[in-house]
Amino acid sequence: MLTIKDLSVDHGAIRALHGVSFKVEKGQLAAVIGANGAGKTTLLRALSGLNKASQGQAHWGDHNILHSKPEALVRHGISHVCEGKSVIPELTVAENLDLGALWRRNRKEAVQSKKEVVELFPRLGERLSQRADSLSGGERQMLALGRAMMSKPQLLLLDEPSLGLAPLVIEQIFQSIRELTTAMGLTVLLVEQNAMGALKIADVGIVLNLGSIAAIGSAAALKDDPAVRAAYLGF
Amino acid sequence: MFQFINTLLIGITAGSIYSLMAIAIVLVWRSTRVINFAQGGLALASSFVGAAVLEKTGSFWVSLPIAMIAGAIFSAAIEFFFLRPLLKRSGEKEQEIFLPIIATLGLLGIIKTVLNFIYGDRIGVITPPLSDKGFVISGESIALSPMRLLILGTVVVLMVVLTLIFQRTNLGLSLRASSFAPEISRLAGVRVDLIRTVGWAISGAAGATAGILQTTNGSGSISPESFEFSLLLVFGFVAAVIGGIESLVGAVLGGLTLGIILSIILMYVGGSLVFFAAFLILILVLLLRPQGIIGAKGGRRA
Ligand SMILES: Nc1ncnc2c1ncn2[C@@H]1O[C@H](COP(=O)(O)OP(=O)(O)OP(=O)(O)O)[C@@H](O)[C@H]1O
Ligand SMILES: [Mg+2]
Repeated sequence: MLTIKDLSVDHGAIRALHGVSFKVEKGQLAAVIGANGAGKTTLLRALSGLNKASQGQAHWGDHNILHSKPEALVRHGISHVCEGKSVIPELTVAENLDLGALWRRNRKEAVQSKKEVVELFPRLGERLSQRADSLSGGERQMLALGRAMMSKPQLLLLDEPSLGLAPLVIEQIFQSIRELTTAMGLTVLLVEQNAMGALKIADVGIVLNLGSIAAIGSAAALKDDPAVRAAYLGF
Repeated sequence: MFQFINTLLIGITAGSIYSLMAIAIVLVWRSTRVINFAQGGLALASSFVGAAVLEKTGSFWVSLPIAMIAGAIFSAAIEFFFLRPLLKRSGEKEQEIFLPIIATLGLLGIIKTVLNFIYGDRIGVITPPLSDKGFVISGESIALSPMRLLILGTVVVLMVVLTLIFQRTNLGLSLRASSFAPEISRLAGVRVDLIRTVGWAISGAAGATAGILQTTNGSGSISPESFEFSLLLVFGFVAAVIGGIESLVGAVLGGLTLGIILSIILMYVGGSLVFFAAFLILILVLLLRPQGIIGAKGGRRA
């Protein structure tokens, strides 16, 4: 279970998160939605160790995840896919994938993970020796997801995987995320501007507004909540 | 024609040494975004270690690897104790971007002072292990000697080893990934700080080799105020810039290009212009082709 208590994060003088508290049960997919600048990215970056928290606590299981480095948190099962296509353009597709598993002692399992990723995204399998900057936007997003999967995560932090993709591709990516969550028993925090799409596949929804939680509940309930509809779904 | 071939041979040998120095500079630049002017001092210090070992053991083949290890340790130590804390604090405010570079200049001074303190007027001697008399072909002695061949061979072997490390090993993948995208690498589980130190260590070893080879190819001796090593630093830097500063292949091509051009100038124009020519090339490349001679339009290369 992911437990966040009273979490505040500052960017210099600007407080981006104001004492946020929530829980996500193991195996659940939680959509985090909210307007630009609501603090969604900041939340994920604090959880993966990229940003320092100023206050509060966050636990993944019994492990305290604040004040750790990202490279240490990966080893505790937390993988983060950043905003934008989080791949290394100069490396090949295979190298991008391998990178996520370099730290794993068990090489056999790492090879197995790569097989699974390629099965999930066959288009990556066909392009293993191509440089990542030759991929389309959708393929890059698949690669970013695949790289995260190579670290055998239990908690997956995804920042706007739909950014800049065509509607059809967005649907595919969302579908893959949903399937992965169920098949591998992952816990997922999915940050999205595409609120409707995210709520459709999510179990729970968290609405952030100006760094605080404006609403939280089951995804289905939030989808039908008139206030949420008006403010974030646009109808 | 004969003279021209000799000029080329001399240029290629010297250039291969500049390539090594350029590689040392590029490795540090890629991992830390710092031009390490202390590289010349590091090479000098490692060469003094090599000279000391040579004096004790009498074996060039023992002294070279030990000098490389010394170079690696010196360089890694500088990264760990000096640059890492400095970079942790700086980088955000604009005027502080120059701090690390100026700091490496300061380090160069410190290293030279320490060497001066230890060695004073004494010099280190690195006698070539092989003859530097040119091979004789159809009655004429060419500019390729067993020693030059050894230098070229050493450089080629090192390049091959480096290429294999960078392209074929997990360490190489970590090194490349960390230099291109430290944040993504961290998220993928790479210990970027450690990898950075390793990058500096490899750079130090390459610089040490350049230092030893430069000495055997030149006067055979070193002093704390060695002008040869100042040249080595400058030429290595120019070679790195010619190669686009990001690329190891570029560094090698840059070194060879510079070596050949300077050798031609030395032979046909005059020795007094060599230094001037190196800077002219530097400025021309920066003005006309800042991405270097092999820098692709599409950006960085592995
Ligand atoms: N590095 C930074 N330095 C200063 N302020 C920052 C920094 N990163 C974010 N902020 C500020 O923190 C607040 C939250 O930003 P954040 O990126 O978390 O929003 P977001 O919800 O991810 O927005 P978007 O949907 O546009 O990605 C914003 O006011 C932003 O300006
Ligand atoms: Mg964001």
